[in-house]
Amino acid sequence: MSLKNTSDRVVGVIGAGSFGSAIANILSAKSKVLIYTRDEEKAEVIRTTKESKGHVFNDNVAPTTDLEYLANTCEIIFPIVASSGFRDMMQNLSPFLHPYHILIHGTKGLDYKMPFADNVDFSFSRENVHTMSEVIKDESVVVRVGCLAGPNLAREMADEQPAATVVASHFDEVIKVGQQLLRNNRFQVYGNNDLIGIELAGVLKNIIAIASGALSGLGLGENAKGLLISRGMVEMIYLGEALGGNMKAFVGLAGIGDLVATCNSPLSRNFSVGFRLAKGETLDQILGSMEEVAEGINTVKIAKKLAEFHNVKAPITQTLYKVLYENLTVEEGLAYLMKYPFNVDIAFI
Amino acid sequence: MRFTKRKKDKDSFEPILSPSQWPVVQLSKNRKEFIDSVTEEGVSRLKSIKTNKFKLIEELETTLFREKARIKKNPWKVDPEDEGSFWSGIKVRLINITTNTNSEEDSEDKILADIVRRYAEEIAGNFKQNHYRMAREIVKFGFARLLNAARIKRFGDFFRNKYTLKDKIVIKGYTEEVRELATKGTVVLVPTHFSNLDSILIGWIIHILGLPPVIYGAGLNLFNTKILAYFMNSLGAYKVDRRKKNLIYIETLKAYSSMALQKGAHSLFFPGGTRSRSGKIEKELKLGLLNSTIDAQRIIYSKNIDNKIFIVPVVINYHFVLEAPLLINQYLKRKGQERFYEETDEYSSSYKMIMFLMKFFTKGSDISVSIGKPMDVLGNSVNENGESLDNQNRVIDTRDYFLSANHVSANKQREEVYTRMLSKAIVEEFHRSNQVFASHMVAYVAFRIWRKKFNNLDLYSFLRLNEEDLLIPQKKFKKGMKKLRKVLFALETEQKLSIAPHVKQKMNDVIKHGIDNVGMYHAKRPLLMTKEGDIITKDLNTLYFYHNRLEGYELEKYI
Repeated sequence: MSLKNTSDRVVGVIGAGSFGSAIANILSAKSKVLIYTRDEEKAEVIRTTKESKGHVFNDNVAPTTDLEYLANTCEIIFPIVASSGFRDMMQNLSPFLHPYHILIHGTKGLDYKMPFADNVDFSFSRENVHTMSEVIKDESVVVRVGCLAGPNLAREMADEQPAATVVASHFDEVIKVGQQLLRNNRFQVYGNNDLIGIELAGVLKNIIAIASGALSGLGLGENAKGLLISRGMVEMIYLGEALGGNMKAFVGLAGIGDLVATCNSPLSRNFSVGFRLAKGETLDQILGSMEEVAEGINTVKIAKKLAEFHNVKAPITQTLYKVLYENLTVEEGLAYLMKYPFNVDIAFI
Repeated sequence: MRFTKRKKDKDSFEPILSPSQWPVVQLSKNRKEFIDSVTEEGVSRLKSIKTNKFKLIEELETTLFREKARIKKNPWKVDPEDEGSFWSGIKVRLINITTNTNSEEDSEDKILADIVRRYAEEIAGNFKQNHYRMAREIVKFGFARLLNAARIKRFGDFFRNKYTLKDKIVIKGYTEEVRELATKGTVVLVPTHFSNLDSILIGWIIHILGLPPVIYGAGLNLFNTKILAYFMNSLGAYKVDRRKKNLIYIETLKAYSSMALQKGAHSLFFPGGTRSRSGKIEKELKLGLLNSTIDAQRIIYSKNIDNKIFIVPVVINYHFVLEAPLLINQYLKRKGQERFYEETDEYSSSYKMIMFLMKFFTKGSDISVSIGKPMDVLGNSVNENGESLDNQNRVIDTRDYFLSANHVSANKQREEVYTRMLSKAIVEEFHRSNQVFASHMVAYVAFRIWRKKFNNLDLYSFLRLNEEDLLIPQKKFKKGMKKLRKVLFALETEQKLSIAPHVKQKMNDVIKHGIDNVGMYHAKRPLLMTKEGDIITKDLNTLYFYHNRLEGYELEKYI
């Protein structure tokens, strides 16, 4: 890879999971990149082997385990860690952040404050649930916040196949900076001002991805998938609008684009959760053997509660919830959905 | 020299600056230079929006057309006599430069500069220090006379100073902090706006707090009235003409406000724009004026001037608003899809104004003014040293918000987002500082009880109900009041609002206080109590107005 375009600017990536590594790799085509991992050993591996999660880095990428150093060095930071650890990470990072920082996250999950740790039977409203951009603003003084969303399967990105992403932010300058840093011959970058809508599109599509995996696991064909994707889209839009997003965000790359990609791909973690459920594994078995988090599992739980609170019909989410947490089998779930009294195809446009 | 901060007595404060140091005095001394710089700034703003000759000429033509229409359709007394001839002149010049393209004497830039200068002259206040002192004394003397006259029992009471304005108006909140901040930077007061009385009231409060006079934008219509015009000019008002909605005027106004802030002139905006028609606390603020504070702060940083702008929300609480019936009718009409609404001027004569003041002071009813928590232009709270704090009380450098790659940079879109953030922070502080009076509560409870009874009707049909058919039994009303008070206390503990001390009395007293005071001088009272203690209304519209004061707290879930 050529270093000609490299500016002096150092860009930060927090999290060396598969997506974080993929983004670091794309960034390194144009900029010096500092990639943060909590794990000293992992940092050492990256330093010596120049590899992380199957992504081979060039010399522009350096690992660090020091958040303060990262915040002092980088004005632009891409936090890409699982939603369950996102708030903790932000609390650790926050003392070193200033209002001039730009944060563009790539986490497709929700944060929530649950009153009792192990009790799934809690109720809450939108106030208790935060998108990652809301967590960033909650925990730090950073206001120039954005997110990445779109069909970005990390495996395909590692293979340098063509792909695209959306950078969403209320700030045009954040979108612009994201485009400058990420765009290359194989990676197209679109902008969108509906930050919450784009975040929700990325988050909610994981629910449908699990359902899609389940259909595949049952050995069902394309008719069923077409049905799921279009009904799933409708459900995402209803939920998304209730939570403060705009319908337009869902019909773009971050919504339908991502949905189609993940619903057809065994590379998606969420898809494989559904697939294995249909094959008869339990949630615990699946969780026990997964290396990285499938955000969709958590999202189903939160989205189900939110749907109830906001009085939104979300049959797919509710059925998945029963499959994941109430021992409904995938077959029973499907049978229930097929009997569900939908009568209007599209009622929101 | 800096005066000491020690208070004379518990209610009044020493001035923090001597008059010669008042920024507004500095500004008016250098009026000509200031207008020059506003003109320059306004022109450069407009040229950055209308980037080429063609666009600029188009804008000039639009402005000409709209101004001509305004002069014809909606003339006011205060308009200068040469207005017609000025715009006719512009018309001729515009024709000349468009038909005779190589004329060297005139150009679209010159025409623009002339219009901007005319607007700037019109906007600029005419502050005179001795007038200020005079006006202040008149206000004090006049108010005191009116107050005492209201309670005359025998001849001679008229000249006694038993009651002063201070008895009538309670100031609470972050007063010390604001005084402190006024010595460290530029204070911008942003009050809620319910009544025309607000302007005068705020002027008086600023004086009581020992703050130097502020400059503020007052509706040009207020200058129609000679008495008011005198006070307005004397108290540092500059003129905002709501009839002029053209780009050139608006940019000139922004330039004026931004330049004044940069020069350290403490200012006051009514961020809701006009009086709240509905009686609700403002939720939608005018972003243009708020934007000018952010704009000014960024320019201050880019020039490395040592000056920080502090925004101070202020909430004024009345038991009654004289204009309530008029305001609520305008609100309902507007909501009722009456799309073309012309700004009217209900205070067109000095006589009406005096009657208004007489009524206000002769009816013994209280006002409270809550000074909200000061914030920076991003809405972060500020401590008494002028440092901005994040929600963990860590100090933030406000300059960092304007940095991009280590430089202070102008970015219009960024500042638009910042303006919305500031607006949200102000609205939240309004709701927090809002002081609940018994009169707000009785209006809220009565309205909700009736509204719920007729919830099959839309608002308009509901408001057209025959008032004579409406009655709430004493018991039911008291129950509702108790419930509401409980919820309000809970909200107060969460610091979401504040409650006037009189609300903490026995419930029967609270109800009596509330009913006696709510809109008490209206010809048709919004609420009355029958001999049996039941609650009736004479005017649902004004009741709706006073009820609206407690909108925005989601109380409808409980009552």
